[in-house]
Amino acid sequence: MNKSLRIKFFLILGVVLVCLYGVIGLPRNKAELIANWQNNIHLGLDLRGGTYLVIQVQQQDAFNAEAGAVADRLKDAARKAQVQFADVDVEEAKTLESANNVAVVAKGVPAAQAGTFRGIVSEQFSQWLLKPVNQTDYRLTMKPTEALTLWQQTLAQTKNTIDKKINALGLTEATVQQRREDKDSELLVQMPGVDDPARVKQIIQTAAVLELYDVKGGPFASRDEALSQNGGVLPLGTKLIGAPTAGADQNSRGGGVYLVTRTPVVRGPDIRDAKPQNGDLPNTWDTGFVLSQDASRRFGAYTGSHVGQRLAIVLDGKVLSAPTIQNQINDQGRITGAPSQQDAMDLALNLKAGSLPASVRYEQENTVGPSLGADSIRQGFVAGIAGVLAVIVAMLIYYKRSGINATLALVLNALILIACLSYFGAVLTLPGIAGIILTIGMAVDSNVLIFERIREELHAGKAVIPAVDAGFSKALLTIIDTHVTTVVSCAILFLFGSGPVKGFAVTLVIGLVANVFTAVFVSRFIFDWELSRPKPVTALSI
Amino acid sequence: MEIFKRTNFDFLGRKWPFILLSLLLTVAGLISLWMKGGPKYGIDFTGGALMDVNFIKRPPAESIRAALRHKITGEIEVQEIGNTQEVLISTGARDDNALQVVRGDMISTLNTAFNPGQAGQAAGKFDINLTSQSALADRLREPLTRGGVMLSDDQLQAITKAITNFRDTPPRSGLISSLDDLAGVPGVTAPFLKVLKDECFAGNFAIRSVETVGPRIGADLRQQAINVVLIALGAMLVYIAFRFEWKYGVAAVIAVFHDTIITIGLFSLLNKQIDLTVIAALLTLVGYSMNDTIVTFDRIRENLRLHVRGTFPSIVNLSINQTLSRTVLTSGLTFLTALSLFLFGGQVLNGFSLALVIGIIIGTYSSIFIASPILVFWHNVAAGKAGQTKATAVEVRPAGTGKGAKTAKTVK
Repeated sequence: MNKSLRIKFFLILGVVLVCLYGVIGLPRNKAELIANWQNNIHLGLDLRGGTYLVIQVQQQDAFNAEAGAVADRLKDAARKAQVQFADVDVEEAKTLESANNVAVVAKGVPAAQAGTFRGIVSEQFSQWLLKPVNQTDYRLTMKPTEALTLWQQTLAQTKNTIDKKINALGLTEATVQQRREDKDSELLVQMPGVDDPARVKQIIQTAAVLELYDVKGGPFASRDEALSQNGGVLPLGTKLIGAPTAGADQNSRGGGVYLVTRTPVVRGPDIRDAKPQNGDLPNTWDTGFVLSQDASRRFGAYTGSHVGQRLAIVLDGKVLSAPTIQNQINDQGRITGAPSQQDAMDLALNLKAGSLPASVRYEQENTVGPSLGADSIRQGFVAGIAGVLAVIVAMLIYYKRSGINATLALVLNALILIACLSYFGAVLTLPGIAGIILTIGMAVDSNVLIFERIREELHAGKAVIPAVDAGFSKALLTIIDTHVTTVVSCAILFLFGSGPVKGFAVTLVIGLVANVFTAVFVSRFIFDWELSRPKPVTALSI
Repeated sequence: MEIFKRTNFDFLGRKWPFILLSLLLTVAGLISLWMKGGPKYGIDFTGGALMDVNFIKRPPAESIRAALRHKITGEIEVQEIGNTQEVLISTGARDDNALQVVRGDMISTLNTAFNPGQAGQAAGKFDINLTSQSALADRLREPLTRGGVMLSDDQLQAITKAITNFRDTPPRSGLISSLDDLAGVPGVTAPFLKVLKDECFAGNFAIRSVETVGPRIGADLRQQAINVVLIALGAMLVYIAFRFEWKYGVAAVIAVFHDTIITIGLFSLLNKQIDLTVIAALLTLVGYSMNDTIVTFDRIRENLRLHVRGTFPSIVNLSINQTLSRTVLTSGLTFLTALSLFLFGGQVLNGFSLALVIGIIIGTYSSIFIASPILVFWHNVAAGKAGQTKATAVEVRPAGTGKGAKTAKTVK
């Protein structure tokens, strides 16, 4: 072997070793080999079983809520400044697309007080643009930069909350991510090993906003009764909250409507911890919660000064109970009457994770059971073996000894491809396996192009070494042209495709790039090595 | 071994029967598409639900459909999968709220219809073929303690894991036909099995996969798929135009477009669905067919530079003959791999591999009988415009001059 051949040999050997290490590591026995293989090759959800959900965040909810809060604050501010108005209302956004168009409308502001009103808005509501509709009415819309911030905040907060919720379920491998760069309200949740997503979906959707209110009156039989008992108008700074009639038990959870303060003493995000616990009666479950430091200070002060009065425990806008405060409570409380341990657990989980800033819609749900995944792996494996064997046999028959050369190149091609998947941390999906198998079929094209060229040159009467030379150099340009077209179509598939299809594009592209190395460089080396033997070669087995 | 020894078929001379065949296939496909109101999209494009159910003994498709029709409105399609006991049940597009409950509805309906008279079901027993590992562990924990089988939670998790693994590995494919089959699973002792039998039963079917797609995302994916195919074709055109000349690019792209149309048409004729994986296959075919065409075009260009004697059509014909062996061999081998995917790759890849199998044949044939004639036609039109007769094409020059040899060297 001459020097340049020796360098090439060690280069190829190096590549083989690096690839082998990437795929199976340094195993000492069979068990380690299998374990390393499983660690290095990440299987997609379609092969290992699991669920993915595509979730659309209903951004308009966050915008409507923000506008609602602004409307309330604007009313208060106007009252404080003694600006008169007929009404302040929210023009709600109905769809996701129109979320930005949410508006707060103030009606009946006297022309004489217009200046004061404008002053309030520009001072306290600088994120909003004020536009007069006519002499007395005004429309406030959100400034575009503010809208963008709120949009992104809502998405990020939803993502975090969902992440917290599914992690709390013990799904440690689950991930939440934005589905695509250009889809700024869609999230993709991937949960390996989950074959029935019903509970996860339920938990994600449950808001579980816990609020504790100061009770000012009630329970009344209905809203109308509550109003009439208060002279037709609600006292300043109060609102009505209903209680569900179903599942009523002690502690006045017998339906009805309560009159409570407008702002709660404590609300959702103030909760530090929550867990299920045994109820007072056997076989009953409660959900205990602990307040955050800041909230417990407020709550302690409030309960200390309101002993003997009632406190409304409100979950998702419904009064669960309105017990009387017996003594000062600092940071602990519990919600009684969960139907089962799991319900108590789920409620605790939701209390801790907090609520989503906007509701969600499930756009797509895909569940692959473990048995289908296992079958797919087996079928992919069988198809791969069958395909590769067919190619190898055909090459050996058609090109005789040179077929061995092509076979070595193909095997190395497949090895490099799998090693790349391992090094890049790419995920192997069923279409990805198809990509590998197809790569084998397509990769052989380069060898065929070269071998056919060599044959042609031999037919034309060239000696072996010049024929091999000419065969490789003439086929090279064609090989590059053909590879570029397939790589271009796969790159497009990768950029715009989604899910498992991406896995297919990745394997095909890696396979084809590796193919240039194996078919042109490695295959050439094998020919050169064969031809470099001292005995002059007069015929080539091709 | 050599199949084609220096062939000299007159491909261009016999192009008409093949062009007619292409037209026939295209028209047949288009008519089928027109009659059926467009391609038959998979649920990832239309929205809807798709459930893969594996039965111990598959009931007739009609009875499955009849059972589901009571509960689920709209179109229900039940498709039996080859030589298995599996069926694919799909329902058409529905709104988001309906999609949320369709999974539960389908399972409960199948349960009433195909797990009848199961002693266990009435007694509130647990269907071992419809449970997950954690649910099984939760279900068994208390009865095991009552039954005197003392296990730590880790042990219980391990045994239930072994049971579900046993159920999910081939050849059982998610179905245990009798609880007695579990006797061989590590950790399943006789007392354990007794408790298991008291608490569970083996139902007649298992759910292998469920997919629901909302109508909005379906429309979104469909638009995306169309864009991807068009962008890919455009990118190819630009690349070939850059590497060759416009006429080559246009000829190659028309040929590839022809392949795509015929494949989609055949899918419609065969009543096969077009889903995301089929689109991936189509794109692969775009690349593959283009690849095939380029090999021939490369040879034409090389022959032109070498100043091979003859008219443009005869050079094209010569080039096709020179690359014929390669074309047939490569296509044959790629076809073999696609065929092995089609035969052994399983149900999930069925549409994908079928598209490849069809497309590779069409793609190979189109590079010879479609792309090259278009190239010649274009060339003749251009030459005619330039005021030259067809017989004396520009490329006809004496071969073997010193200048020619030099150019040949720079080419490689």
